[in-house]
Amino acid sequence: MKKFYALECVSGTVLLAVVLALALARPHAARADSPKVVEITAKRFEFMPNKITLKKGEPVTIRLTSADVVHGFFLRPLKIDELISPDKPTEVTVTPQTAGTFTTICDHFCGVNHGSMKMTVVVEE
Amino acid sequence: MFHFLGKQSGEKVTPFNFIQLSDAHVGFNGPPDPLGTKAFERAVEIVNKLPQRPDLVLFTGDLTHDSEDKDVHAQRMKQFMEISRRMNVPMIKYVPGEHDAGLDGGGLYRDIFGESYYSFDHRGVHFIGLDNVSQPKPEVGTKQLDWLKKDLSRFHKSTPIVVFTHRPLFDLRPDWEWFTSDGDNVMNVLAPYDNVTVLYGHIHRDDEHEVGHVHHYGARSLIFAFPDPEKTGDKKPMPFDKEQPFKNLGIRVVHENVGGKPQTNTVAIEEVELTAREFSGINGIQQLLKTPNF
Repeated sequence: MKKFYALECVSGTVLLAVVLALALARPHAARADSPKVVEITAKRFEFMPNKITLKKGEPVTIRLTSADVVHGFFLRPLKIDELISPDKPTEVTVTPQTAGTFTTICDHFCGVNHGSMKMTVVVEE
Repeated sequence: MFHFLGKQSGEKVTPFNFIQLSDAHVGFNGPPDPLGTKAFERAVEIVNKLPQRPDLVLFTGDLTHDSEDKDVHAQRMKQFMEISRRMNVPMIKYVPGEHDAGLDGGGLYRDIFGESYYSFDHRGVHFIGLDNVSQPKPEVGTKQLDWLKKDLSRFHKSTPIVVFTHRPLFDLRPDWEWFTSDGDNVMNVLAPYDNVTVLYGHIHRDDEHEVGHVHHYGARSLIFAFPDPEKTGDKKPMPFDKEQPFKNLGIRVVHENVGGKPQTNTVAIEEVELTAREFSGINGIQQLLKTPNF
């Protein structure tokens, strides 16, 4: 009976250790797999920040928020063409495949200075 | 103010000239061009003194500079119309630019200028005005594409066709918004037709591109010019030169059916820079330009 109890204790301890290990290990695994998140806010007639730097081959989630009206987020080299509504954020996940410096524009007419609304996206090797 | 010159197709093509003007931005006032409507008015004067009166003038958008104040914008449109009507030509046709139509989806523009897309026939050439600015995105849209298909269906594939619009219908420089997102769809509709010329504005500089068998011509503006996108990455107006205030600004003379062969589209293009002192292609223009009124 005691032996059985001892075995039960041992197996319980092992199980607890495994659960703890998994609990500790999972967030790390998730962090390693989840794309980096970059926040960008659009408002007439600018993006904030107006420059971001990404890594070639590294997935990234761009979370876009509008502080006023509907804007566009158009970046042909990264195949991004999104609308940014003031109602809720827009998220787009991409993996840049080409290094370089690119200009993103608002391609949804947003007012008299719409044509000057742009930002820079740098993709590093 | 729009009238249509008949609906028949197959009319014999006879030679004639017409003018393309673009991007007057009436109401703009800023360091890149502090002269307001001066270049536009000079262009009107030149058109009126051409030795051969053009049959028509096509204005490819950005007639006005936009204003958040609707009354101010309406006043700018009326001022544009007043200057435009000084041209002694039988017919003037317009399409909007994003500065005319972007703020309200083209509502004010249509109130003053009429429909933003339409077609008409003149001397055997089918003219099509397309609106790629009234949607919030740079696009023509499915409704207009359906109209275009229907409009073209009655024409033989050899009919000369001139499309005039504001933005380029191909990817000239997407990161400067020099493109139309569904431009490929427009060109696919036009693809069966052998003689297609596209005239557009928006880029404030003259440009010629051949895409497939179609020639696309971008026009100089009548207010500040933009630089060559192949030489700079920055879309900024070229600085104002008070010694040559109309430098890089100009008008385009289009000669249709050069040689007079029926059912052809032998188009010849002449660029007239407003500061030019010599222009060999049209007799008398030299004399005209030697007496600038600026």
